[in-house]
Amino acid sequence: MGKSNNDKLQGTLTLLVLRTLETRGPLHGYGLCAHIQSVSTDLLRVEEGSLYPALHRMEQDRWLSSKWQVTDKGRKAKFYAITERGRAQLALEKESWERLTRGVSQVLQYS
Amino acid sequence: MPWYTRLQNIFRSGKISLEIDSELGFHLAERVDHLMAEGMPEGEAWRQARLRLGNYGIQKERTRDMNVINWLEVAWSDFSFGLRQLRLNPGFTVVAVCSLALGIGANTAIFQLIDALRLRGLPVKEPSQLVAIDTAPDFYIAGSYSARNQAFTYAQVEALKQNQKAFTDVLAFGTDRFDLSTGGPSRFAEGLYVSANFLRVLGVTPIAGRDFSPEDDQLSCSSPGALLNYAFWQREFGGDLKAIGKTISFNGHRFPVIGITPPSFFGVEPGQRFDVALPLCTDNLFAKDGKGRPYQREAWWLTVIGRLKLGWSIERASTHLRDLSPAIFRNSLPAEYRPEDAKPYLKNRLRVVSASAGVSSLRRQYENPLWILMGITALVLLIACANLANLLLARASAREREIAVRQALGASRSRLLTQLLCESLLLAVIGGVLGACLAQVLSRATVVFLNSPQNQVAVPLSIDWYVFSFVAALAVSTCLLFGLAPAIRASGAVPAAAMRGGRNSTATRERNGLRRALVAGQVALSLVLLVAALLFGRSLQKLFAAETGFNSQNVLAASITSSGPAFANEDRRQQLFRDLQNRFDTLNGVVSAAPVWILPISGFRRNERVHAENDSASKGSKLAWINFVGPRYFSTMQVPILAGRDVTSRDKGNAPLVAVVNQTFAKVFFGGQNPIGRSFRVEQEVGKADLLFQVVGLVADTKYRELREQIQPIAFFSIDQQPQTPYNRTFVIRARGSLDTVARAIQRQVADLNPTLLIEFKVLDVQIRQSVLRERLMANLSGAFGLLAACLSTLGLYGVIAYMVARRRNEIGVRLALGATQGNVFALILKDACIMLAIGLVVGMSASLLLSRYAESLLFGLKGNDPLTLILAAALLVVTAIGATLIPARQAARLEPVAALREE
Repeated sequence: MGKSNNDKLQGTLTLLVLRTLETRGPLHGYGLCAHIQSVSTDLLRVEEGSLYPALHRMEQDRWLSSKWQVTDKGRKAKFYAITERGRAQLALEKESWERLTRGVSQVLQYS
Repeated sequence: MPWYTRLQNIFRSGKISLEIDSELGFHLAERVDHLMAEGMPEGEAWRQARLRLGNYGIQKERTRDMNVINWLEVAWSDFSFGLRQLRLNPGFTVVAVCSLALGIGANTAIFQLIDALRLRGLPVKEPSQLVAIDTAPDFYIAGSYSARNQAFTYAQVEALKQNQKAFTDVLAFGTDRFDLSTGGPSRFAEGLYVSANFLRVLGVTPIAGRDFSPEDDQLSCSSPGALLNYAFWQREFGGDLKAIGKTISFNGHRFPVIGITPPSFFGVEPGQRFDVALPLCTDNLFAKDGKGRPYQREAWWLTVIGRLKLGWSIERASTHLRDLSPAIFRNSLPAEYRPEDAKPYLKNRLRVVSASAGVSSLRRQYENPLWILMGITALVLLIACANLANLLLARASAREREIAVRQALGASRSRLLTQLLCESLLLAVIGGVLGACLAQVLSRATVVFLNSPQNQVAVPLSIDWYVFSFVAALAVSTCLLFGLAPAIRASGAVPAAAMRGGRNSTATRERNGLRRALVAGQVALSLVLLVAALLFGRSLQKLFAAETGFNSQNVLAASITSSGPAFANEDRRQQLFRDLQNRFDTLNGVVSAAPVWILPISGFRRNERVHAENDSASKGSKLAWINFVGPRYFSTMQVPILAGRDVTSRDKGNAPLVAVVNQTFAKVFFGGQNPIGRSFRVEQEVGKADLLFQVVGLVADTKYRELREQIQPIAFFSIDQQPQTPYNRTFVIRARGSLDTVARAIQRQVADLNPTLLIEFKVLDVQIRQSVLRERLMANLSGAFGLLAACLSTLGLYGVIAYMVARRRNEIGVRLALGATQGNVFALILKDACIMLAIGLVVGMSASLLLSRYAESLLFGLKGNDPLTLILAAALLVVTAIGATLIPARQAARLEPVAALREE
């Protein structure tokens, strides 16, 4: 698993985070990380720390809202939830992702 | 999180940092739990968890960056770094801030005056719709003219009102001083005669009481009311609302107060205040025969302002009025005009000019001087900037190492540039703030300087948006002016070369080029300013030296006004003035006293068409100035009687009309021959016979109206032969000892004779000084600025020379060791300075010649390219500059070669 994986992931991180929060409801950073890894059956692994700048940026863009809450284990964690703006953004990101994969696979299938 | 939280976050970095720590900490803890659950030992789990998180520091930094406005944070750190730098160099900071504050302050002060007089709109409804009626070129005016602004006759205003279609309405006003006193020393209020619609046209409503009503426009008003200005109401009635309905006395008549104008309203003349407004018809009330200026078709006294109808431009209104002009002037032709007056009068044309900023005589008089002063202060600021640039350049070379280290550590050039500029901007902002404060003092002092008892100047000075943006623009542009070049210089240094350190004699040449150019520029600018200062100073000196022809020292003018029915009879008035004369003659401390109609250099004038008796009228008459004087006037004023006799008390009533003429009169009307015994005629208005005067005396030439004028032909008539004895008479009194004591004694005598008499004193010397106020303002201010400029640039020259001597210690040491004499070194340094000086002088001289043309209209007795002034200014600058160079040059020459070389 080289560095290139990370780079590719960066562009889609927004999509993954928004989608996860849409389906799973509020989650903290570690939960997001774990969810993405388990759902993708460990295909996607991320340098976990780079999730946080992305989360904070999305919060600045008001796609996410955040709240400090106490977890079951009694730890304080910052929980992120998707906002209306976030849902709109997710739709856009999804569409552009589908366009990209469609385009790329058409190129790959061309012989 | 919106932008303002990101802005806040800059200033609470500690809290953000803690939050991120705990968020990342949670992540690690969860991961460790997870790994340990999978059976990993705790130590290994922590290692793994950190590994998977990535570089903790970088992740934290990047997360934090998402929460702040990045460029602003950089700016904030630059700002605090700049502040620290300035605190580290207090000497530099003080010099820089002070010179900037002086420069910006002077500029702002002048700009505030310009703003108040020129730029700011009147505080009335829709000022942009207001226009003033103005005269087209070659406008012919004959008759009596009494107004500060462009004025018209009542008949013209009426004709205009009836015919015009361009304005929704037209207002007219005249200005006057009303005496509040009912006896004893006069106390004046600044008054307006206004048409009843005055406030309505301006869109102003009284804050208490009522406005004038249309009935107040009737010429036969019996008991008109008075509208008071807010400040006057506060002053006279303590702001009491019960003042409305009370009466107040103006010129001995009582008027009921009907209303108060709003506090912000100062009339339509910026620079003048008004205390009270009375209807136009009041002028008739004040006239002794009940027929004031509204009835006199040759009395020009009303300023006219109209409000344009929607859709009418100034051009369209101008065209409209030009087309209307023939009808207006035909309908308002004064019956008294002779054909030679009527012909040009009927050709008069009107136009309109914008009055959105009001009408102002002060503006007319001072607009040019203010723009010139603005130019002068701008140059001072430029010099200050050049000085600062030089200082910063010197500092940049001192900080070469520091900057090289930062570059080596990876600071980009643009980053360094913004940091250096940030320091300059800090200086400029501090200087700007201080300057703006200084400007408040300076501009008010200037207004106080312009004030005189005769002309109460009230300029509403305040910091409005114009002034604020002016200061801000000034601060930013000065920052760029003095900061940019040094910053580019400093940030462009090659790190390796700077790090190598030590003295580098080859690299300095090019670097000093800029500093030399700056100094030469400063010299050039200071020369321009010195030339301006000397021009205005010498012009004033010439004005004061200009022979008035009389001795104004120790002369008091007492103007005494009688009023009321007691003096309605002309004989009573004559008796009164005779009694006064007798009392003054015997008064202790009075050398001599004499009556005069028009006090010289008071600005008042009267001229008549005159032709010598033997000349036929067809040969054409010429204008002569006239005055009425009593016996001993000439000896009181110390004007020599060259031939013939003085007027005497026998020259009165039905005795033959006599005149004393001055030399110029004799030259103009009698070809320079002895005028004694000759006669001349004074033309009267149409239908009346000319008056024939016999010349009985010849006196030396004197100035009549102002110091600037050419000597005019003057005829002095006997005051006892004045066609109608006025209610007012002025006495000139030559005093021995204190003028105050004499004034008090005179006041007692006047009150003793009749307590209802009003009296006003003027000191002739003071009056003459007041008459050249504008010249004094220009001379004082330009002198002060010239001096400041010379000091600044001398300082700059000294700084650069001293700096270069310090940089060249090594080289000089080598030269001395190799056998150069002290004289050689001295000459070397001096030559350097002289080259800069010479370049500066040549540039400055050409600039002065180019610019001085703009000041020419304000000069008296010399031209803008006056060679003596140019030479004087250059000499002054050369002497101070060489003086400033001598110190470092001497230091260089006395250098101990061994000591200098040992430092290597």
